[in-house]
Amino acid sequence: MDYATILQILDSAVRLMTPLLLACLAGLYSERAGVFDIGLEGKMLMAAFSAAATAAVTGSVWLGLVAGVLSAVAMSLIHGLAAITFRGNQLISGVAINFLASGLTMLLGQSWFGLGGRTPSLEGAARFSPVTLPGTEALSGIPVLGPFYAEVVSGHTALVYVAALLVPGTWWLLYRTRFGLRLRAVGENPASVDTAGVSVPRLRWAAVAICGVLTGLAGAYLATGLSAGFVKEMTAGRGYIALAALIFANWRPWRALGATFLFGLMEAVANRYPELDLGFVTIPSMVMSALPYLLTVIILAGFIGRATPPRAGGEPYVKER
Amino acid sequence: MTRLPRWADLVLVPLISLALAFAISALVILSIGQNPVEALKVMVTGALGSSYGWGYTLYYATNFIFTGLAVAVAAHAGLFNIGAEGQASLGGLGVALVALALPWPHWGVALPVAMVGAALFGAMWAFIPAILQAKRGSHIVITTIMFNFLAAALLNWLLVNVLRPPGSMDPASARFPESTQLPRLTDMAAAVGIEWGKSTPANISFLIALAACVLVWLLIWRTPLGYEIRAFGRSERAALYAGIRPARIIVIAMMISGGLAGLMAINNVMGEAGRLLLNSAEGAGFIGIAVALMGRNHPVGIVLAALLFGFLYQGGAELALWTSIPRELIVVIQALVILFTGALDNMVRMPLGRLFGAR
Amino acid sequence: MALPGTRGDAAPPAIELRGISKAFGPVQANRDISLVVPPGTIHGIVGENGAGKSTLMSILYGFYRPDAGQILVGGRDAGITDSQSAIRAGIGMVFQHFKLVPNFTVVENVILGAEDGALLAPSVSRARKELRRLAAEYQLEVNPDAVVETLSVGHQQRVEILKALYRQADILILDEPTGVLTPAEADHLFRILKGLRERGKTVILITHKLREIMEITDNVSVMRRGEMVATVPTRETSPEALAELMVGRKVLLRVDKAQAAPGAPVLELAGVRMVDRAGVERLRGIDLAVRGGEILGIAGVSGNGQTQLLDILGGYPEAGAQVSGTARLAGRPLPLDGTDARARRQAGVGNIPEDRQAEGLVMDFSAWENTVLGRHRDAGGALMDHDAIRREAAAKMERFDVRPRDPELAAKNFSGGNQQKIVVAREIESRPVLLLVGQPTRGVDIGAIEFIHRRLIELRDAGAAILLVSVELDEIMALSDRIAVMFDGRIMGERLSGETSAAELGLLMAGASPSGIPPEQGQPDTPDHEPSKGVI
Repeated sequence: MDYATILQILDSAVRLMTPLLLACLAGLYSERAGVFDIGLEGKMLMAAFSAAATAAVTGSVWLGLVAGVLSAVAMSLIHGLAAITFRGNQLISGVAINFLASGLTMLLGQSWFGLGGRTPSLEGAARFSPVTLPGTEALSGIPVLGPFYAEVVSGHTALVYVAALLVPGTWWLLYRTRFGLRLRAVGENPASVDTAGVSVPRLRWAAVAICGVLTGLAGAYLATGLSAGFVKEMTAGRGYIALAALIFANWRPWRALGATFLFGLMEAVANRYPELDLGFVTIPSMVMSALPYLLTVIILAGFIGRATPPRAGGEPYVKER
Repeated sequence: MTRLPRWADLVLVPLISLALAFAISALVILSIGQNPVEALKVMVTGALGSSYGWGYTLYYATNFIFTGLAVAVAAHAGLFNIGAEGQASLGGLGVALVALALPWPHWGVALPVAMVGAALFGAMWAFIPAILQAKRGSHIVITTIMFNFLAAALLNWLLVNVLRPPGSMDPASARFPESTQLPRLTDMAAAVGIEWGKSTPANISFLIALAACVLVWLLIWRTPLGYEIRAFGRSERAALYAGIRPARIIVIAMMISGGLAGLMAINNVMGEAGRLLLNSAEGAGFIGIAVALMGRNHPVGIVLAALLFGFLYQGGAELALWTSIPRELIVVIQALVILFTGALDNMVRMPLGRLFGAR
Repeated sequence: MALPGTRGDAAPPAIELRGISKAFGPVQANRDISLVVPPGTIHGIVGENGAGKSTLMSILYGFYRPDAGQILVGGRDAGITDSQSAIRAGIGMVFQHFKLVPNFTVVENVILGAEDGALLAPSVSRARKELRRLAAEYQLEVNPDAVVETLSVGHQQRVEILKALYRQADILILDEPTGVLTPAEADHLFRILKGLRERGKTVILITHKLREIMEITDNVSVMRRGEMVATVPTRETSPEALAELMVGRKVLLRVDKAQAAPGAPVLELAGVRMVDRAGVERLRGIDLAVRGGEILGIAGVSGNGQTQLLDILGGYPEAGAQVSGTARLAGRPLPLDGTDARARRQAGVGNIPEDRQAEGLVMDFSAWENTVLGRHRDAGGALMDHDAIRREAAAKMERFDVRPRDPELAAKNFSGGNQQKIVVAREIESRPVLLLVGQPTRGVDIGAIEFIHRRLIELRDAGAAILLVSVELDEIMALSDRIAVMFDGRIMGERLSGETSAAELGLLMAGASPSGIPPEQGQPDTPDHEPSKGVI
C-alpha cells in the first residue's frame, strides 16, 4: 500500500465519517437530555430525500439544505410529542419514525419523480462543491504533509468542515455554558432541574430540536454532498451506526469524533478492498461492514470499556408524588 | 390518569389509533394527487374480493402472526424485541439447512424437523442479546437492532460463499427437494372439492400459525411460566420477591420470542420460495412490532392485526399494479399504526379518559 | 398573633399559610391548613407517615399548586406559583430524596438553575468563593470539586443546604433530614441549623422524631391526617403530649393479647454479616433467635440494616451482596448466600414485605392473581387452575374483609389498607412456621391496622414464629413479646416488651449502648455469638 493509496482511503474515510458524525452528535444532544433516539436513521433519510428533491427542483443546494433540515426537524417534533408531551415510549416512537421516513421517501419519490424512488441526478449548483482550503498551494511543495493537506484535509464540501467544527462547538456548549449544564442535568436527574425552577420539557424540546437540525445536515450531506441525489434507503443503516458510535463514544463529543472516524475508516477500507487480504487471512467485506455492529455489542456487553448512558434516558419525566 | 373501561381499552383505543393512521394516510394519498377512496376500493377488491386475493392476504398474515407473537411474548416480559427480523432470517437458515440436508421422503416428515430447525436458529439468535441483557445489563433494544444487521451480514456471506450452488449467480441457496413442498391451502381446499385461491402461496403454515396462537395463549395466561413472565414484565422487584429469577425469565422469554420469529420461515422459505433468498424476511419482523402493539399482545388481537396487515400488504401490491400509488404506502400506514398505538398512546387515551371520567 | 420565641419584635411572620388545601385524586392530603412561622426560629412540623407534612412543604416550595389557600412570605403574598417564584421569595428546600445530579461536581450542582449568565466560568468562580464563605460561616465544609456521587449521604445533604443558601434563601425547609444520617451526622446538622438561626434565617424542620423536635426547635406544629391540629412553643410541651396529638386516638395501638407461650426456636441466626455491592457492610454480625409462638420485634431507625436482614431471610438479597454467617430454620440449616425465595417459601417462611406496592404485589395483576404470587407453582401441573384460584381468592378476601370484594379488580385499584390485607391474607393463610413482617401498617388506615394486628397475634397464638420489623415504635411495643433494637447493622440489645420503655428503646435506637459507650468505640452490648436468650 503506497502513500497515495493511504491518502485516498483517509480522504474517503473523512467523507464517510461526516454523516455519521453529524448524526452521532445529533443523538448526543437528544440522549444527553434524556430522550433516547433510535430514529436517527429515519430523520436522516427524510432529510436526504427532502434535500435532494428540493435541490433537484430548484437547482439550489442551499434551498435543499434548508428543506432537509426542516423535514428532519418535523420528524423530531413527532418524537418530542411522543416522548415529552405525551410521555410515550421513546423506543417505539423511534421505530415508527424510521418506518415513516422509509415509506414516505419512497412513496413521494416514486410519485414525484417516477424514477423508482430515486431523485434526478444533481449537478452544478444543486450539489455541494469541494472547498479548497487556503494554504493548499503553499504546502503543496512539502513532501508527505503537502499531499496530506491537499487530499485529506482540503477539498471537502462545506458540511464536512461544519461537522468537524461542531465537535469542539458541542464540547464547549455542553461543558462551558449554562445551557449545556442544564442539558446534562436533565438527562441525569430531571428532578434536580425541576426543583431548581427550570422547565424540564423546554430543555428536552430544545435538545430534540437540535437533534433534528443535525440529522437534517447529515441527511442533506448524504444526498447532496457525498452523493449526487437520493436513492431509496440511501442511509443504509448509518443512523444505527451513528447510534453505535454514540455508545462507543460513551456520549462524549470528542470520542464521537474518534468513533465515527473509526467507522468511516472501516467503510472506506471495505469499499476499497472488498476482500481484505491480510496475508494470513482474507477478510470478506461483509465482516468489515458488520464490524461496527459487532463492536457495539461488545461495548454494550462491557467487555471493552463500559458504556454508561445518561441515567434518566428513555424515561418520561413525571413529578413524583 | 383516568381509567378506561376494559372494552374501551381493548377495542376503542386501537380502533381510534387505526382510524388516525388511516386518516393521515388518506391525506398522504391526496397530497400525491390520488383519490384515497379509489385506493381503498382497489385494495379491498384486490386483497379481499377474490379467493386469489385472500390466498395472498392469508400468506402474508401467516408471517405477521408469527412475528407478532414473537414481539408479544417478549413484551409480556417487559422486553422490546426489535430483533424479530434477524431472528426470522436465521429461522430461514435453519429451514434451509434442514431441507437441504436429507432427501426427505415426504413433507410430513420434513416439516416437523424444519420447524425445530427454524425455531432453534431463531431462538439462538435471540439468546445472545438475552444473555447479554440478563448477565451484563446490555440494553436489549440496541443489541437486537445490532443483531439484525449482523444477521443480514451473516446470511449475505453464507448465501454468496457457502450455500450458493456452483454455477449460480443468485445469492440464494439451492432449491429444496420437491418432496419438501408444503401443501398449499389451494390443494387442501381442492381435496375437499372446493376451488379456492388458485396459485397463491398460502399454505399449511397458516394453520400452524393459528395453533401457535393457541399455544402462546396457554403459555402466557395458563402456565406458571407465563405467570412468571407477566409478573416479571410488570414488576421486577415483585418477581424477585416471588422467587422468580430475572435472568431465567429474560433468557426463556427471548428464546421463545426468537423461536416464534424463526418459525415464520416455514411459511416464507419452505412454503413459498422453496429456497433461501437474500433478505427472506422482507421486513415481516418489523411488522410484528405493529401487529403486537395493535393486537395488545394478545393472540386474538394479533390474529386480527396480522390479517389487517396481510390485507394491507396484498392490497398495497394491487395498488402498485392498478394505480400509480406505490406499494410503499403500506410502510407509511405501518409506521403510523406503530406511532399511534405505541408511542402516542396517551394522546388517544387522555381525551377518552376525560370523556369517560366526565360521565 | 405572635408565638412565644419570636424575640418579641413586631416583624411580620417569615411564613404564613392561610387555608391551604390540596387533594390528589380522592386523597385529601392537606385540609384547610393555616400556619404562622416567626422569623429567626426553628419550627418543627411533626406528624405520622402520610399526615401531609411533605405535601404541605412541597406546596410552600411551589412544587405543587394548592387547590385553595394563600401563602404569605414576610407578610406579603408571595405569589408562589412554581419553584422559581418560591426561590425568588427566599425559600429553599432540602428534599428527603436529594435532588442532586450524581455525576456533577458540588459546584455544578450548586449553580444549576442559579447561573449568573449564559457562560459557566463566571458562575463557577463566584460559586467557589461563595461556597468557601458559607462553609466557614455555617460549618458546611465540602470539597467544591468533588463529584457528588462519591460523597457520603451527610455531605450530599450539605450540598443541598448549600444550594439553598447560594440562592440566598432566608427560609430553609428540611424534609426528614435525619432519616438517612448517622447520629454524629445528625448532630452536625443540628449545629448547622442553630448557626443558621443565629444569623437570622428561618428553618422549618419536618420530622416524625420527637427527640429532634425537643432538642432543636423553638415552636412545633403537629399534623394529623391532612390537618394542622396544634402549634405550640416547644418548651411548653413534652414528647408524650406531642405523640398523643400526632396519633390522636392513642388507645388504638393497644392490642389485646394473651401472654406468649414460646416453644422451640424456629429461626436462629448467628453472626450474620452482609456486605453490599458497593462494599458497605450493612449487617455486622446479627445474632437472633425467634421461637414458635412469639413475636420478636425489631425496632430501629430505617436504614440500619433491617431491610437487608428481611431480604436475606426472604431469599432475595440485593444483587452482588456477600452474605456470611449461619442460620437454622426449625433446626435445619438455612443457606443464606443463595437466592431462592421459592425454596424459602417451601421451607415454611412467609413474608409480608416492607414495600407492598413494589414487592408484595404486582400492581397490574388482578387481586386473585396476586393471591398466589410466589406460590403460583405450588399446585403443580402444567397449567394453573384459574377457577380454583379465583374461588380461593374470593374466600380469602371474605375472611380478611378486603374491600371491594372483587377478585377481578387490579391490585392497584385497592386502597393501601386493602392491598396490604391481600398480602397479609396470602402470607398468613399459607400457614408459615416463620413469618417475616416488614412495616405491616405503613400507609394503612386505622381500621385495617387493628385488623392486621389481630391476625398477626392469632398466627402467633397458633404457634408460628414472627419476626416483625417496624420503624413505628408504638407498633413494635404493642405487638412484640420481645424487642431487639437494630442500629448500624448490629443488634444493640434485647428487651422483654413488658420490661422496657419507649425512652430506653429510643436510646438504643439512637446508637447508645446501655453502658453508654458508643458502638464505634466499644463492644456491642450483646456478645458476638451468644444470642441473648437469657432475657426470655
